[in-house]
Amino acid sequence: MKHRPLRLAGYGIGLILVLALPRLIYPVLALDILLWGLFGISVDLLLGFVGLLSFGHAMFWGFSGYTAGYLAKSAAFDYPLAGLIGACAAALLALPTGYLAIRSKGIYFAMVTLAFAQMVFYVVNEARPITGGENGLQGVPRTLLGSAIHDAMAFYYAALPLVLFGYWLAYRIVHSPFGHVLVAIRDNEARAQALGYPTGRYKLLAFVLSAFLAGLAGGLYALGHGFAALELVHWSTSGTAVVMTILGGIGTLWGSILGAAVFLLLRDWLSTFTDAWGVVTGAIFAVIVLSFRQGIWGTLLARVQSPKSKVQSHASGGALESRAAPAEPAPARES
Amino acid sequence: MDPVTLLPQIFNGLVQGTFYALLSLGLAIIFGVLRVVNFAHGAFFMLGAFGAYILFQNAGLPFWPALILAPLGVALLGMLLERVVIRRLYQFDPLYNFLLTFGITLILQDAVRLRYGMQGQPYAPPRELAGATNLGLFFYPNYRLFAMLLAIGVCVAVWYVIERTRLGMIVRAATEKPDLTRALGVDIDRWVTPVFGFGVALAALGGVLAAPMQSVYPLMGAELIITVFAVVVIGGLGSIVGAIVAGLLVGVVFGIGLAIVPPLANTLVFVLMAVVLLVRPAGLFGSAEAA
Repeated sequence: MKHRPLRLAGYGIGLILVLALPRLIYPVLALDILLWGLFGISVDLLLGFVGLLSFGHAMFWGFSGYTAGYLAKSAAFDYPLAGLIGACAAALLALPTGYLAIRSKGIYFAMVTLAFAQMVFYVVNEARPITGGENGLQGVPRTLLGSAIHDAMAFYYAALPLVLFGYWLAYRIVHSPFGHVLVAIRDNEARAQALGYPTGRYKLLAFVLSAFLAGLAGGLYALGHGFAALELVHWSTSGTAVVMTILGGIGTLWGSILGAAVFLLLRDWLSTFTDAWGVVTGAIFAVIVLSFRQGIWGTLLARVQSPKSKVQSHASGGALESRAAPAEPAPARES
Repeated sequence: MDPVTLLPQIFNGLVQGTFYALLSLGLAIIFGVLRVVNFAHGAFFMLGAFGAYILFQNAGLPFWPALILAPLGVALLGMLLERVVIRRLYQFDPLYNFLLTFGITLILQDAVRLRYGMQGQPYAPPRELAGATNLGLFFYPNYRLFAMLLAIGVCVAVWYVIERTRLGMIVRAATEKPDLTRALGVDIDRWVTPVFGFGVALAALGGVLAAPMQSVYPLMGAELIITVFAVVVIGGLGSIVGAIVAGLLVGVVFGIGLAIVPPLANTLVFVLMAVVLLVRPAGLFGSAEAA
């Protein structure tokens, strides 16, 4: 609590940055950063705060993308409604997949989520009358009160309240009593169980909420770009979200936005002189995993934290078990 | 559906299943000793196929020598990767190596794409195995029969080595109780690189065998590996018998699905996985501990 002024200043600066972003770089890329950032946050909610690595989050991002795109195109839904319904559809999809996936943990969980995402990929690919199969959904309109938003800059600011709502929701989840139970489950599930928490139900709810956030981001992504393609539900999309989260810093929440920004700016810059994008992405993966496991935010945190809490967060560079800085002090350092 | 039209599909499924079995077997062995779930397994499968293709295009070597040389070459590459990068992450959570091998997959696939393009390259089956054999109720291509029998033979041989020989005993001991095995004076670390190489060689062998049945293209291993992950979940991670049985089972289910409801065939595999998760979360042959 003693850091309150510092924290408020941090949020102020963050808000100004977000408002100014489309003036600094082109608006489409700016919105991509915010949305991939929200996608990364949804992955971090599970990885950093429950200790579960989902390698199939593209199913939620993409399922919502197709749902929102279909509603906007075929039923002329306004973008906020289409986006929110898409996010709810993703959360609904997370109920059965999450129910089955949380029966496993660790590397098993990653494989199970990856497999379910692949199943969704095949279903989307086969459901041609609705999804357009390999052609995807083309020409998705983005409208508000029936009139189209043509300008990319205008859509950035139109989408911003929904994105900020997603960020706020993630923050609320992590800082609620519910979020603290999640951290307890991450650190020692048996102990949390012994304390009387139905850990399975907590994990499932976290999974559904995470899917909702991924869906909110994915729906707005499809609406923003005006199309939904198979790439949305592709396994490499899940991997990209995970690497953004690790690049930003596992268990840091806001780090994912930073990770998304660095990743997308790097791709934007590199694509001007190489088409070997897979080699570049793979190399980024390898370098981060081999020698930058703390991530950008995590590294910054370790620099500015007091010696006492440094000990706590130092371990986050190593084993995944102790990846997160304590939930409370982390956002206080925002700047 | 009458059995005469269904039987060839079941056979096709079995052929597909032997590839699943080869790959999940390699994954199981690697996971057992190294605690690494090797995402790059699909990429090594693809490299095996390209190895055969390159050996033919650049050196004129036919199928038979390629069947040995390509897996050997890919295994060497795998062992090099194990020595240089994968080894560095043993001390951390296995998820990091999963991500590292994911990155390696992207690099390998893209490198091959840059050189050979996305389009499939044709690879002819060996002349000795042209034609088809009458199996009583239907004719079946000789090459497919050969590929199936060879893959099953390799699986059985690997199973025999692991269950019945001294080397296999070390591998099993290292899988179940690494610390205790070390304490008893077995130098596990000596076996890490060769075991990784062997698992990779199995994947590459699968790639060579698959090359004449389909075209050779950079992404041929990518979707296969995800299905193989489902196979591993069904069979139970780290179980040798589970890997083989689940591989064949999933192949047959896929084959039958393709015959009855073609659009849902791919999905069926994952439905099977969901059912197994519901009934036996540790897999058909897995111990609860492994999950």
